[in-house]
Amino acid sequence: MNTNKVIQVEGLTKVFGDFTAVNAITFHVKKGEIFGFLGANGAGKTTAMKMLIGISNPTSGKANVAGYNVFTHAENIKKNIGYMSQKFALYDDLTVKENITFFGGIYGLSRKRIKEKSEVLIKELGLEKVENKLVGSLPLGWKQKLSFSVSLLHNPKIVFLDEPTGGVDPITRRQFWELIYKAANQGTTVFVTTHYMDEAEYCDRVSIMVNGRIEALDTPKKLKEQFKAENMNDVFLKLARE
Amino acid sequence: MKRFIGFIKKEFYHIFRDRRSLFILFGMPIAQILLFGFAITNEINNVNIAILDHSKDATTTEIINKIAASKYFSIKQMVTNEADIASVFQKGHVKAVLNFEKDFSKNLIKDHKATIQIITDATDPNTANTISNYVNAILQQYQKQLNKDITIAYQIVPETRMVYNPELKSVYMFVPGVMTIILMLVSAMMTSISITREKELGTMEILLVSPLKPIQVIVGKVFPYIFLSIINAVVIVVLSIFIFNMPVQGSLFLLALESVLFIITALALGILISTISATQQTAMMISLMGLMLPVILLSGFIFPISSMPLPLQMISNIIPAKWFIIIIKGIMLKGVGLQFIWKETLILLGMTVFFIGLSVKKYKIRLE
Repeated sequence: MNTNKVIQVEGLTKVFGDFTAVNAITFHVKKGEIFGFLGANGAGKTTAMKMLIGISNPTSGKANVAGYNVFTHAENIKKNIGYMSQKFALYDDLTVKENITFFGGIYGLSRKRIKEKSEVLIKELGLEKVENKLVGSLPLGWKQKLSFSVSLLHNPKIVFLDEPTGGVDPITRRQFWELIYKAANQGTTVFVTTHYMDEAEYCDRVSIMVNGRIEALDTPKKLKEQFKAENMNDVFLKLARE
Repeated sequence: MKRFIGFIKKEFYHIFRDRRSLFILFGMPIAQILLFGFAITNEINNVNIAILDHSKDATTTEIINKIAASKYFSIKQMVTNEADIASVFQKGHVKAVLNFEKDFSKNLIKDHKATIQIITDATDPNTANTISNYVNAILQQYQKQLNKDITIAYQIVPETRMVYNPELKSVYMFVPGVMTIILMLVSAMMTSISITREKELGTMEILLVSPLKPIQVIVGKVFPYIFLSIINAVVIVVLSIFIFNMPVQGSLFLLALESVLFIITALALGILISTISATQQTAMMISLMGLMLPVILLSGFIFPISSMPLPLQMISNIIPAKWFIIIIKGIMLKGVGLQFIWKETLILLGMTVFFIGLSVKKYKIRLE
């Protein structure tokens, strides 16, 4: 297996009853890449992602994540990935520090390590003044940035982001993407689903899912050439209309 | 292990920072036990009655004095004619009217027979019944006193002994029931709500993606509630012993073990509810309608199971609370050991295993 490919998927399929949510998708993601996983609502993005992070069993196909098989070694995958769901998910009734300590704890970080990490993280995000405030009292944009940083606490090889920027203003989105770039520069592979097409432009490569299939996969630049489109939005519309 | 401790710490933060759960956890048990113990009772005390005395002679005065002297009744007013009886009841000040016939003493001496009419307000049938029984008892006693020099040829003398609760205190009946309700409420409802809360907020997904195993997540969620339920059980038992003089005839240790078993049964139910409900609201509704109502109505706590129609009696068998109430009544009041309640214990154990098995299955289906 090519160690440079941290995610390798071949013919991955998920069937619910007589509905095929994910239909034999094949792709790979390279180490350190920002991989955009696009698609309309209901195209099967989230289902595909859930199979990769080990909380949904594939019906058929092959998938390797961080060097482990999703069928047989889901537990090992979990130690090597970070995940941020579309419902931003920290505990509102815990303080910033308590949230960091808790999530560090469930990933098995030592107390000393958690302490170091949380100091760095709080400083980086500029949360010093609110570190002992309940997360519920923070603005959404801050929560999302914190949530992203928490998903990176244990230095995962890959971080999965499920529509991380839903519902925030463009400036916060921009700041959020700076965090993503930073993580990618440090060698973390970023797998991100989104339906903001402008965000797709920020990705190294994107795949577009339509009705459970991957209909296009390349760099944003090449996709625009291929579909003779001005921007990713047009690419997406052309694909969806077909 | 360290992960587990961190998890439990977080769970306690949730509980102690939420006023509503704190109230349900600690306010409710104490409030319920005091309410049931003091206010809600089957006994009658100081019931207001009215008297309509057509004779006003020595005998009726004596009887009236006896009734007034008992702690069960207090004479609220005297009525002067039959026509007023209806209005007295309608005003609702009195629960019963005693109507002594004309020439009561004279009739008693001449015909050896005199009558009193006992009219009770039967809008509350149980109380009406009790009132009439108590008045009868007082009259019987008086009659005995009158006849003490005469021997009746044939006499059947019932000697009643009420065992296990000689003073017929209703608190003896309510404490086991309340304990059952509280344990059910705390264990089943609170856990199902706290698990569905994680689902609703999306944090459950994060936990499942983490290296924690699903079983660790569930045990971590449930553990604090086992702990709190045990504290609650202790508080209830202590309150009932020291405030209501409830005896614990049997072994405290056995009582503790059986309570832990029931707590686990309820937790298993709570987990099961959380697997079938998507929101906290649903979890709460299912817990309240599906668990609390049957516990209150069909467990034998308030209404005796033997007098229910057959279908309801059959349903009562599948309610864990019924068996737990039998068990704790046995231990606390009759002082029985495990040899008398092993069957009930086994049924609870079986139900627990069944609920856990079912939740594991449901849980797996969800993950598919």
